[in-house]
Amino acid sequence: MGRYVARRLLQMIPVFFGTTLLIFLMVYALPGDPVRGLFGDKGGSPQVIAALRHEYGLDQNIFLQYYHYMKGILLHADFGTQIASGRPVTDVLGDAFPVTLRLASLAFVIEVVLGIVLGIVAGMRAGKLADNAVLLVSLLLISVPVFVLGFILKVVFAFELNWLPPNVNDSTNYNELLMPAIVLAAASLAYVTRLTRTSVAENLRADYIRTAIAKGLPKSRVVGVHLMRNSLIPVITYLGTDIGALMGGAVVTEGLFNIQGIGGTIYESIVRREGTTLVGLVTILVLVYLLANLLVDLLYAVLDPRIRYA
Amino acid sequence: MPDVTKTDVKTGAADPVGATPPVTATASTPEKARSLWGDAWADLRRSWIFLVSSVLILVLLLITFFPGWFTSEDPILGDLAKHYLQKPRLSDVGSADWLGYDQQGRSVFARVIYGARASIAVGFGTTVVVTVLGGLVGMIAGYFGGLVDSILSRLTDIFFGIPFLLGTMVILNSFQERTTWVVIGALGFFGWTQVARVMRGAVITTKQADYVQAAKALGASTPRIMFRHILPNTLAPVIVVATISLGVYISAEATLSFLGLGLSGVSWGNDISDGGNSIRVAQWIMLYPSIMLSITVLAFIMLGEAVRNALDPKMR
Repeated sequence: MGRYVARRLLQMIPVFFGTTLLIFLMVYALPGDPVRGLFGDKGGSPQVIAALRHEYGLDQNIFLQYYHYMKGILLHADFGTQIASGRPVTDVLGDAFPVTLRLASLAFVIEVVLGIVLGIVAGMRAGKLADNAVLLVSLLLISVPVFVLGFILKVVFAFELNWLPPNVNDSTNYNELLMPAIVLAAASLAYVTRLTRTSVAENLRADYIRTAIAKGLPKSRVVGVHLMRNSLIPVITYLGTDIGALMGGAVVTEGLFNIQGIGGTIYESIVRREGTTLVGLVTILVLVYLLANLLVDLLYAVLDPRIRYA
Repeated sequence: MPDVTKTDVKTGAADPVGATPPVTATASTPEKARSLWGDAWADLRRSWIFLVSSVLILVLLLITFFPGWFTSEDPILGDLAKHYLQKPRLSDVGSADWLGYDQQGRSVFARVIYGARASIAVGFGTTVVVTVLGGLVGMIAGYFGGLVDSILSRLTDIFFGIPFLLGTMVILNSFQERTTWVVIGALGFFGWTQVARVMRGAVITTKQADYVQAAKALGASTPRIMFRHILPNTLAPVIVVATISLGVYISAEATLSFLGLGLSGVSWGNDISDGGNSIRVAQWIMLYPSIMLSITVLAFIMLGEAVRNALDPKMR
């Protein structure tokens, strides 16, 4: 087990450096300049621009820049400076990250609980009315784009019914975060439901389920232990990759509901060509994604004793 | 590949390692011996999901290629006197401007009709790019294995690790004029990873099959083994992924437009984004393009669903 974790961690290293280098190259290789963006249409004097570019290290070779940036992150946890505001990127991250984390976790809870329950209900009654109803709802949730769903919920629940506030003012208030979290979770919820349904319907025909029923176990134990443990493996694989996607997908949701999280910061830094901020944010997202995947692989062994890591 | 076809003609039907899937399993019941594709087609014709989605897609394609058949109004030319003019009465249904006008006085119906072209073009274009690129990477990684596989798989991991929407946003932000090709390129640049993974898995299982070993023993060239023997037997899962992702790319294009980083020109995403600004005074501006967009995505996802059910023997 320990050796397996070590090997996986080692495999993560090239992916980590590859992803950060790719995003770094993309930000700097494409046209546009964050320093020029600081000045208006009139533009700054060439000397001032050159001095600023030197200060931020933008005049160096791009691979050298990447090397210095990575050294800063790895040795001093220094993610650089946001050029537009002059604040350290770690400060910006510290403000935005908890907000997105709260939003994403709420969405994750909704997705897991509702998705698995609906999936079990549909899978146990495969081909019946409940199954078709769940299929229809999940297809709808997948098809309606996030921002359309957000607008619809806003019009119905905020403007017409006045049940929930249209925008989030206080991101620690879970009542206010409820609607954005539902919007963020919707598509993933549908995928979790479908995956659970397929897996449950398939495993229901398995021999070990028949054995469990035949030896007189109560239904709650057959479903809750025997069926669940075997059916949840594909679902957990999906959930692992989805944690990162939820945080990245927050760009749209946060924009819709005016939440000051990572999504808003990412959007701003892309439009302003703020390489350092963007790379810092993406680095964090990539780390979350890689660690979630590792966690999922380790969970397999817990759920299914047949899977053993040497 | 002219020589490939030539050799094929020479060996003809007697070719013991033909490209069709092995039929040993069905050989005992000769009257029902159909290929996977024959079975799938028989399944599809009986599925209501397939029928509904193909009718929807057919109508969408008609709208895309012949928008003039559906509306006589201009989607770009606005009449400011008609700005925010709504036609809510039932008697207006069927008239040229029955969906009302937007903030610039342009007919919402005309914009909904002409907006289809952008979505369909991006959806199909990206799917083709992604399938070819991902298919090639997956085929090469799966077939050669070893170091080639390790490098290509890590490369796939790297592209998969970057959140899809963020990556495309970074690329699109550096273009002033975002044509269909630019958007297709940006979506394709980050979209190929899923097809590559599916293809790689399918190739690894297929290349151990006896008929592939036989083809190798008979001295078939590597491209011939790849494209004549392995490819036909790995297509099923790739087609399923491609059909479903077509809808996803249409949705992604609209999302990018919503963020102000999508296509320049008439598109549903742009209209939904604009309509969102006047959501409290004129919901219909946003509503109709949203409905069309959702129906389109739904149609392609349903088609993918039907194709998956037909091609996956486990679902039988």
